[in-house]
Amino acid sequence: MTDTTASFRTRLTTGIDRFGGVLLLPVELAVIALLLIGQPSTWATLTIAGLAMGMMIFLMASGLSLIFGLMDVLNFGHSAFVTAGAFIGATVLGWLGFWVTGGNPALNLAGLLLAIAAATIFGGLAGWFFERVVIRPVYQDHLRQILITVGALIVAEELVLLIWGGAPIPVPRPAVLTGSLVLGGVSVEIYRIFAFALGLAVYVALYLVLNRTRLGLLIRAGVENREMVEALGFRIDRLFILVFMAGSALAAMGGAMWAGYQGLITAALGSEMMILVFIVVIIGGLGSIQGSLLGAILVGLMANYVAFLVPKMALASNMLLMMAILLWRPYGLLPAVKR
Amino acid sequence: MAPVLQLDDVHTDIAQYQILHGVSLAIPQGGVHVILGRNGAGKTTTLRTIMGLWKARSGSVRFRGDDITRLSTPDIAQRGIAFVPENMGIFGGLTVEENMRLATKDGSFDTQRLNRVHGIFPAMAQFWTKPAHALSGGQKQMLAVSRAIIERRDLILVDEPTKGLAPAIIRNMITAFREIAEETTILLVEQNFYFAKALGQSVAVIDDGRIVHSGTMAELASDAGLQSRFLSLSLEAH
Repeated sequence: MTDTTASFRTRLTTGIDRFGGVLLLPVELAVIALLLIGQPSTWATLTIAGLAMGMMIFLMASGLSLIFGLMDVLNFGHSAFVTAGAFIGATVLGWLGFWVTGGNPALNLAGLLLAIAAATIFGGLAGWFFERVVIRPVYQDHLRQILITVGALIVAEELVLLIWGGAPIPVPRPAVLTGSLVLGGVSVEIYRIFAFALGLAVYVALYLVLNRTRLGLLIRAGVENREMVEALGFRIDRLFILVFMAGSALAAMGGAMWAGYQGLITAALGSEMMILVFIVVIIGGLGSIQGSLLGAILVGLMANYVAFLVPKMALASNMLLMMAILLWRPYGLLPAVKR
Repeated sequence: MAPVLQLDDVHTDIAQYQILHGVSLAIPQGGVHVILGRNGAGKTTTLRTIMGLWKARSGSVRFRGDDITRLSTPDIAQRGIAFVPENMGIFGGLTVEENMRLATKDGSFDTQRLNRVHGIFPAMAQFWTKPAHALSGGQKQMLAVSRAIIERRDLILVDEPTKGLAPAIIRNMITAFREIAEETTILLVEQNFYFAKALGQSVAVIDDGRIVHSGTMAELASDAGLQSRFLSLSLEAH
């Protein structure tokens, strides 16, 4: 690293710290967007859409981040769990028919929660199978991990096509979550509020598990130094299975939520989302749940603001965001491993 | 008395390289025992082989009479061996308290034992809630050793604890290790002869993956010929 680069990074860090540090980056992004957009109501709608999108991406990304950080596994098959979650969620919603579309809000919510639970449980079980059959033989070998997980992803997508066919599948949205609320002159989709609340609840649960339990302590330690965790007498392989199952379950949960958000899904849903998921994991910092949340919110906001301001730049904007952050902080915004 | 640890003709490879060429060693119960040797002689490999982090290709490692050669690292640790690696193995993102808590059997501290550790290393009490990455090099080493003694262990393997430490800290470490050795056995790998001489009861010199000398530390410390023959100039013979 040259002195000029180091000096630039230091100046940038000092400047960002002066405005509240990295945790306030989404706020700073929102303020810049407000100045560029001009209309407060449009800005508010885009901000809420960005936060909801960010939370759904967080669900998909948090597990992958832990899998990267703790297990050092490059799992390019993660999107298979997102896709599977979306289709299972959609199928269960379809089965529950009147529960979901009828006028009883309690049944509506129960139907949605059942669909999300089915997707999550399937994700966890499929994750267990995936870890044992696909990942376990290739620990410590990144090249083979990439090859085998990409292969498994192709197989999984073909299975989805085989079971659900190639045509887009409509996803019934629970009646209680359709429509919008008008808050202070700003129209807010109810489903987005629900997505934001669910993402926040999952974040709080993950935070509590990681910071208040012995299991969480072990996971955080394992992200930093697997070998030392073993030398302290803990079986890291058991921790790996647990984290992989949890990561896959969260991806499936995110997929189910995203399916309801999109309304129409195809087998390519997971792969399409993975670009954003990888960006979130990288800019947040491997193995960091807080980093994943921060990264996901930044990506969600950026995608929505830029899609409004310069539609053709929507995806590229997040690539640029990732490049800028990596040039500034090569280990991400909130890396789990303190160097 | 039977040795607490015994290595018989241990051969260990790392990738295609053979590092240990038949190490045999018997560590008696109690006190500090030292393995000396130049860089690359096989000191760290010996400790990592005992700990199961690298598997012996042949030979045996016996701990309290049981063969632990093929056991996994967690199983070896659970039998009562603690390991302080050369890089200290501190979890920088965790607090001092969390680092120590991980080394307890059930996640809770024995108050009497914790007070004793704080007595040996007062800095640990002072920085109890601080993240470990914020500690100095010496404090990190203290934390690594504290973690190894927060539960009663029968054997503590310590890999070059004085590396990069200031002389004043090294003197504190000597006092600390003497106190720790009153209740357990310490197998220490060192290049710093001053530190090793101050603590060691027995010594083994390793070179090119073989034990080339073993005996009492007093014998080695008083014999300039032995020092010159086995330790040459690569050691910091203060």
